[in-house]
Amino acid sequence: MKENKYIELFSNPATLLLEDIPVLEYPDFVAFIDLLMGEEGTHCVAYFVLPQPDKYRFICCMAADENHAILVFSHEQPLQPAPSLPSITAKHFQFHVFEREIHENFGIAFPGHPWLKPIRYPFNRSEVANVMNTYPFYTINGEALHEVGVGPIHAGIIEPGHFRFICHGEKVLHLEIQLGYQHRGLESQFVEKQAILQQSVLAENIAGDTAVGHSLAYAMAVESLAGITVTKRLSIERIIALELERIGVHIGDTAALCIDIAYQFGQVVNEALRTIIINTTQFWCGNRFGKGLIRPGGTNYPLTADIMAEIINNLKEVEERFLQVTDRIFSLPSVLGRFEGTGKLTTMQASLIGAVGMAAKSSGMYRDIRWSQPFSAYVDHPYEPVMLHKGDVWSRAMLRKLEVEKSMAVIRELLKEITHDENPESDVRHPDYDLHLAPSSLAISLVEGWRGEICHIAVTDHSGKLSHYKAKDPSFHNWMALALAVRNQEISDFPLCNKSFNLSYCGNDL
Amino acid sequence: MPLKEINILRRHGRQYVPDLRRVELRGIFRGRPVISGDITEAEAELVTSLCPVGAIGVTSVASGMEHASLAMDLGKCVFCRECEFALPRMIRFSNDFKMATNIRERLSVVAGADQPVRLDPEMIRKEIRSFFKHALKLRQVSAGGDNSAEMELNAAGNVNFDMGRYGIEFVASPRHADGIVITGPITQNMAEALQICYEAVPSPKIVILAGTDAISGGIFGGSAAVNREFFDKYPVDLFVPGNPPHPLTFINGVLDLIGCK
Repeated sequence: MKENKYIELFSNPATLLLEDIPVLEYPDFVAFIDLLMGEEGTHCVAYFVLPQPDKYRFICCMAADENHAILVFSHEQPLQPAPSLPSITAKHFQFHVFEREIHENFGIAFPGHPWLKPIRYPFNRSEVANVMNTYPFYTINGEALHEVGVGPIHAGIIEPGHFRFICHGEKVLHLEIQLGYQHRGLESQFVEKQAILQQSVLAENIAGDTAVGHSLAYAMAVESLAGITVTKRLSIERIIALELERIGVHIGDTAALCIDIAYQFGQVVNEALRTIIINTTQFWCGNRFGKGLIRPGGTNYPLTADIMAEIINNLKEVEERFLQVTDRIFSLPSVLGRFEGTGKLTTMQASLIGAVGMAAKSSGMYRDIRWSQPFSAYVDHPYEPVMLHKGDVWSRAMLRKLEVEKSMAVIRELLKEITHDENPESDVRHPDYDLHLAPSSLAISLVEGWRGEICHIAVTDHSGKLSHYKAKDPSFHNWMALALAVRNQEISDFPLCNKSFNLSYCGNDL
Repeated sequence: MPLKEINILRRHGRQYVPDLRRVELRGIFRGRPVISGDITEAEAELVTSLCPVGAIGVTSVASGMEHASLAMDLGKCVFCRECEFALPRMIRFSNDFKMATNIRERLSVVAGADQPVRLDPEMIRKEIRSFFKHALKLRQVSAGGDNSAEMELNAAGNVNFDMGRYGIEFVASPRHADGIVITGPITQNMAEALQICYEAVPSPKIVILAGTDAISGGIFGGSAAVNREFFDKYPVDLFVPGNPPHPLTFINGVLDLIGCK
């Protein structure tokens, strides 16, 4: 009985035939999710609709972390009449974003959904009458309350999004975040642009701060569809790039957190350190964000002895100085006074909303793709996530510091392994832009970017062309974490809370 | 207690780049491309079909020239360097980061001409230099930007590049600004906010486009979610190519625009 309910995948990335994905009746589908959600560490990584000529196919991918597996199963609904499906969110809140996205794209009703609101106002939405400035904000009536609207354009140089606060005096009772300003039609572009090189460029422009993470997820997905495996050397080089990206952003975020508490000393020192890291990436590939570094099948920028020496030297320099300055930051009473206890996300809240990555790990949830669904070089190099439990700004700041140290250790270990390669050049191939993808298949790849779990899903038609693409940034789950964390905080602490999560808008085309 | 700070500052040292006008970037940098005049028609066709954004094309035969000439549009180029990898002896991305100009056509790099990209001082509106030469306050609007251009604009003001030394700064409100810097291809969902922000800037005001996405839409150029009507209405004063534009490309371009040495 159990065997035909789902397909269990133990590799990351993984490819399977669409026809092999079991189709359940909707009540059985819901019951199965109920069953899975009762197990520790199980969470939904993707739930989306694959429109077909004669029906909607709903595909769900659940990560079972304890078993290091991904479970795939589905249900089908007719196009007409428009389906109305009892909401899963009503019971398992982490499904809220997925059901909202499906509702917005296809007009499918989810009775019982507590928060069935627009998510990005896509150009191809089902209800074109819904436009950005008709967003149904939650309101509370009360003479003592006031609302504060911020954005879409913010004071700093950041991406656009609208925040609507309901406050009692200085205290935030409720925050609602309206997104969609960054919607570029990303997923449609993957289908419109069929050349592998075009798609690679799209992937690295999903979110420039996670260029390596997203382009790696894309490369893994299409390599899996094409049935090619990359060399061990290349998989090591990719993880070095991924960890360099994490180090650069984490140090930059440490600087930015110092800005938000007006601690200029911490800011300038960390800014300078971040520059050294991203210039190292530029030294390697000519781009400070690592665009162009990750390509399917190979790379244009093999890691040479010169670059390895540059990485080792710069890591040494940055590590010493970073430890020195963070030691100071985390011992200053005026810093701790702002960080500690601010913007708390409890373990229970994090679990409820399906938080991933840094937001989860700093709130006591053991969730890291490098550990649960190891990919690339992590298959041979087991990773133990850094964990903190308090869920406040301090935890998210401290987690960055600890992850910087850990990532540096990972890079050193990986470099050690390849330093003595006899003939490194021959071990890394050129990119392959002439891939033949398996027809009528679905590939799923998961990458732990610096924010957390990135999930790409590529679906091909009968001729092996991409017919559907899903690119999920960890921010998709974690925006709700920010909204919860600022409740009962002073509104003046919002910038600090916001920066401590540092979520992406464009990463999800939001 | 301050001893710790002093020790950190000693290690920190002097971080600012002393002369932003003359810097050598270490290692490789994907700057202004140089295309050999010897490139054959077949090779030109190869890279034209390879380019992911259609930035490379054969220009019409100029009078007196025998060969069709290959041109690369830096306003469309995503600087992936794939054309160089395909034809390493014909195309080379140099370390020249000075690529900003006020004339859109000047972003076209033609085969056989290793010419720097420069502004045309004649075409700069007179009020720009008389008003903004010593102080320029800018409002940034991200309209579908991928956050890398935004981070580089932030970096332009950091301890390393410190463009504040020239009186150039980003400000929090369009009411305080002399112009706007746009990043991203301009999404339909952001078009109205951009318009409102532009109108809120007092005249005279300037418009700067930072990055390939802003200049041409980049890889998102053909998307139905993008709305570039803004450019039917308003002139652009400076185009800063790059994916994302390097802080040095941006700062040098702005200095040339306002006539700061």
